[in-house]
Amino acid sequence: MLISYNWLKEYLDINISADDLAEKIERSSVEVDSVITRSKGLKKIIVGQIMSFEKHPDSDHLNICQVDTGEDELEQIVCGAPNVEVGAKVIVASPGARIADNVKIKKAKMRGIESRGMLCALDEIGFPKDVVPKEWSDGIYFLPEDAVVGNDVYEYIGMNDSLIDLDVTPNRGDMLSIRGTLFDLAAIYNKNFELETNEVKNYLNDNISDLINLNVDETLSSNYNLRIIKNVKVEASPLWLQIRLWNAGIKPINNIVDVTNYIMIKLGQPLHAYDLDKINQNDISVRRAKNGETITTLDDVERILNETDVVISDSKSPIALAGLMGGKDTEVDDNTTNILLEGANFNSVNTRKMAQKQNLHTDASQRFERKIDDSNIVNSIEDATGLIEMIANGEATKDILTKTVNKSKNKIINITSSRINHVLGTDFDNNTIIDIFNRLNFEVEIENDSIKVTIPSRRNDISMDADLIEEIARIYGYDNIGSTLPTTKMTQGKLSKKQKLIRNSRKSMEEYGLTHAISYSLTSEEKSSQFSTNDQESVQLKFPMSMDHSNLRMNLLSGLLDDVAYNQARNVKNVALYEQGRIFIPNDNDVRPTEIEHLAGVISGSLVENNWKQKSKKVDFYDIKGILNEFLKNLSFVDEITYVATDKYSNMHPGRTADILIGDTKIGFIGQVHPKLVQKYKIDEVYGFEINLDIINDLPKKEQLYNQISQYPSIKRDIALLLNDDITHADVYNLIKKRGGAYLTKIDLFDIYEGENIPEGKKSMAYSLIFQDKNGTLTDEDVNKSMEKIQNNLEKEFDLEIR
Amino acid sequence: MSLKDDLNQIKENGLVKIESSKSVKELNDQIRVDLLGKKGLITQTLRGISNLPVEERPEMGSYANSIRDTLQVAIDNKAQELEEKELNEKLKSEKIDVTLPENKVIKGHPHVIQQIVDQIDDLFLGMGYEVLSGPEVEEDVYNFEMMNLPKDHPARDMQDTFYITDEILMRTQTSPMQARTLEKHDFSKGPLKMISPGLVYRRDTDDPTHSHQFHQVEGIVIDENITMADLKGTLEVMIEELFGDKFDVRLRPSYFPFTEPSVEVDITCFKCMGKGCSVCKGSGWIEVLGAGMVHPNVLKMAGVDANEYGGFAFGLGPDRFAMLKYGVTDIRDFYLNDLRFLSQFN
Repeated sequence: MLISYNWLKEYLDINISADDLAEKIERSSVEVDSVITRSKGLKKIIVGQIMSFEKHPDSDHLNICQVDTGEDELEQIVCGAPNVEVGAKVIVASPGARIADNVKIKKAKMRGIESRGMLCALDEIGFPKDVVPKEWSDGIYFLPEDAVVGNDVYEYIGMNDSLIDLDVTPNRGDMLSIRGTLFDLAAIYNKNFELETNEVKNYLNDNISDLINLNVDETLSSNYNLRIIKNVKVEASPLWLQIRLWNAGIKPINNIVDVTNYIMIKLGQPLHAYDLDKINQNDISVRRAKNGETITTLDDVERILNETDVVISDSKSPIALAGLMGGKDTEVDDNTTNILLEGANFNSVNTRKMAQKQNLHTDASQRFERKIDDSNIVNSIEDATGLIEMIANGEATKDILTKTVNKSKNKIINITSSRINHVLGTDFDNNTIIDIFNRLNFEVEIENDSIKVTIPSRRNDISMDADLIEEIARIYGYDNIGSTLPTTKMTQGKLSKKQKLIRNSRKSMEEYGLTHAISYSLTSEEKSSQFSTNDQESVQLKFPMSMDHSNLRMNLLSGLLDDVAYNQARNVKNVALYEQGRIFIPNDNDVRPTEIEHLAGVISGSLVENNWKQKSKKVDFYDIKGILNEFLKNLSFVDEITYVATDKYSNMHPGRTADILIGDTKIGFIGQVHPKLVQKYKIDEVYGFEINLDIINDLPKKEQLYNQISQYPSIKRDIALLLNDDITHADVYNLIKKRGGAYLTKIDLFDIYEGENIPEGKKSMAYSLIFQDKNGTLTDEDVNKSMEKIQNNLEKEFDLEIR
Repeated sequence: MSLKDDLNQIKENGLVKIESSKSVKELNDQIRVDLLGKKGLITQTLRGISNLPVEERPEMGSYANSIRDTLQVAIDNKAQELEEKELNEKLKSEKIDVTLPENKVIKGHPHVIQQIVDQIDDLFLGMGYEVLSGPEVEEDVYNFEMMNLPKDHPARDMQDTFYITDEILMRTQTSPMQARTLEKHDFSKGPLKMISPGLVYRRDTDDPTHSHQFHQVEGIVIDENITMADLKGTLEVMIEELFGDKFDVRLRPSYFPFTEPSVEVDITCFKCMGKGCSVCKGSGWIEVLGAGMVHPNVLKMAGVDANEYGGFAFGLGPDRFAMLKYGVTDIRDFYLNDLRFLSQFN
């Protein structure tokens, strides 16, 4: 909401710049988006008078105008506006001037004719298009006749005023007016203000109650008032009024509509004027719409209504959407002579729902949604009537037709200074507090220890002592409140076991070369279950914004594949990323899905960049396995880590994927992403893993152990095996380990060979075994015994050849 | 020629040979052997000592030894000199271009938002707060109703919500963790001091300043004597930790249904240090978080006696912090995971 600085100063005696005032409002009341001065940034925009004009010889719409700008000679300006007129005072941007959007004006030739400057429309000097009155929307603007040629134009059309743009929070509906802003500023600066209103001087002899039959559903409007004003002369408003409106961001329409808008800005009460003669049979009711009923509103939109909508209706059909906008059929136009002026309070919830449903958020609906001040409605009608009488010659009925639910009394709240000090950490005495309430115009009485505060109806946001404490704090000033830290009983701040595991997982991945990615939890339906091994469906949003973000992920890998694709499409070919986050699995026993902490990683391309010294090397399964296994090993599980080949992941390579087990517990999988899927993402070969950190957190871990280093020499023996292709390293390793005896301390696979000199279906594997005794020096004999046992068992078990 | 002359001759010639030697190898293998070896010149010459009268022999013997010593020292010195020279030559030949690019160490990078969250976690852990993380799929009751946002509350419009069912939604804020912890906390065991970082979701179209997914950190302290001044002090400590001590902090009134009084917290604009620029829209201030004293209704709905207990809560956005701190202009950069972006943060 734009608040005019000049308008405020009409009623409030303060000597503070607009910027300082805005800063004060921001620190004490509501947020200020900006302070706008329309003349700011403009240069040399002056009053000119068109002395003569002739048609441009080479154009059917341009005119060559001779314009008096107060210089010795007339300026020749070529102008394309349709409304040039001899004698008109116009807005001139001479060469050297700067108009809106920082455009500089230079002299120019227009189709061969010299033009020294430009005649301007309002939007060309910075007025938003939607506040420019209709009659000036297609042409240049005419200044008032008394504008002095050669002077700057700003003062004549309100461009020097500072407009403070308030961003009013939902609770402070009272700040949506000059009146409410004045109340707050008066409290902040400890000043009084005088809000002048227009008085009605002459009344009609008619009584509205004899003319209108009114029926109000009190659940829809708790306070509904009508007045008839006859014999109005509808025309453009005087300039002062137009300036007030366009500086409030509202387009001037005609004097009647303008008065209703003016009073809304001034007092905060939305008003509406109907053309009385267009209303059927003078029967007015406030009611719910019937299903299928329609109304064309003032914005020319036909709206189909149902029972959730609230309308003002005549005997035949709706004439307004309550609290939102009037109907086109009863619009006040140039031929209107009699009007029906409405001032009401419409239910805030209904208004909000209607505004949302109809997507029609108006200045009126904004105020009704935040609740208006019941005690202010009749004043507003009186003020508007007085102004209509003054500028449109209307004559009003003396009475106002009113349907009001018995008015609720003003709320009373008891509060103590100790409560206030307890919450704020201050040490105010009663006087300080009472002074602030007085400044806010809240009535105060002292009752024993307690302060009894009567809340005026304009502040319907205040309903409990916490609200009053806020009033004290903001008027006293948050800057003036001290800074301390909480003093409480000692508490322990520490991470849980699971939080430590999660942190550790991130740190480890980064150490091993993977960079932390954070992808979207919401993904497509397809991706959400891309690495599931069952057909469980993921959780779906009711109204997703897009099909790309419609379902909750059940894996992290697909998000990482998106990231790989994003990078590789931008020529970043070497990608190593991990993600730590939640996946969401539907749960039959809970309304919410189960949220599980996962860790996933991907590598693609090479882990090192090719350079003068290091050669890049394409990543493979064993790179990703190395990263994951290092992480898992460091967790010191009691049970063994095993990798079991699997082909049950449809989006993983069937021959290069393994389930990861700790003992018998599956914690995740690792492998090469299926070439078909990789092709779909348009990316290079990718290896990845995904594991469940919640399960890992619960698995038993060993205490950190220390093995004394043996003082005695070790003995190394190599063994080469020729064996069938389908025997795995794990098979061989486990057997050697099992049969190797107490002194076998290390088994290293140092070579695998297939191909030349090796029969089809066979492979050669070579291991080096290290034997060591903690308590003495081993003899060759000891080791020979062990080796013999190993060899015998290997031959027996695997039908292999020792080489 | 006397024996002495012979010895002198050996010495003179020997010294010349030693001096002109070119390598340690020649010195040791040749010169040393030739002069001082078992079959060397001195030894051979000394065989003539038997022709001398007995009384002259000791003198000649010691003279010969002194020459042996002289030569020995000369050889050692020369050897040392040559060794040094050879080493210097070797070192010289080993010279490399130290400006050539290094061998790269493979390492990953932490996500900038995670860094900020960790920094906040650590600060509050140090002040005795718990870190708790709540569900991202939340019940309407916790996300809104228990946060004093009943079904028809206008402030619900401030947060467009992804619903899953009428009652289940993607949490729009980390604030439901206020309700969840308040409900569970046993105040007889001491105060509630908690922060809760995590992801939140809004039904927004992604653009440079909006993301349908972003991070929040919620904080709450409830006890018998917690004041607004405590809130102010706590926020100042946090802002100094995250941004340094060069910035002023400004509290201004705002509105959140779950706090009363409610404030928004601004700090001096980074870019212009308060003078006013495009980043702060000329105000000199940048909004960094929302806070307030926990609304009595929130306490009551969670079953906490609002007369006895009270305190503050705050909520902040690490995404926004990161954007401000590093001048990131597009929030989507945090979720696209472009390595060229991520690897700038260490």
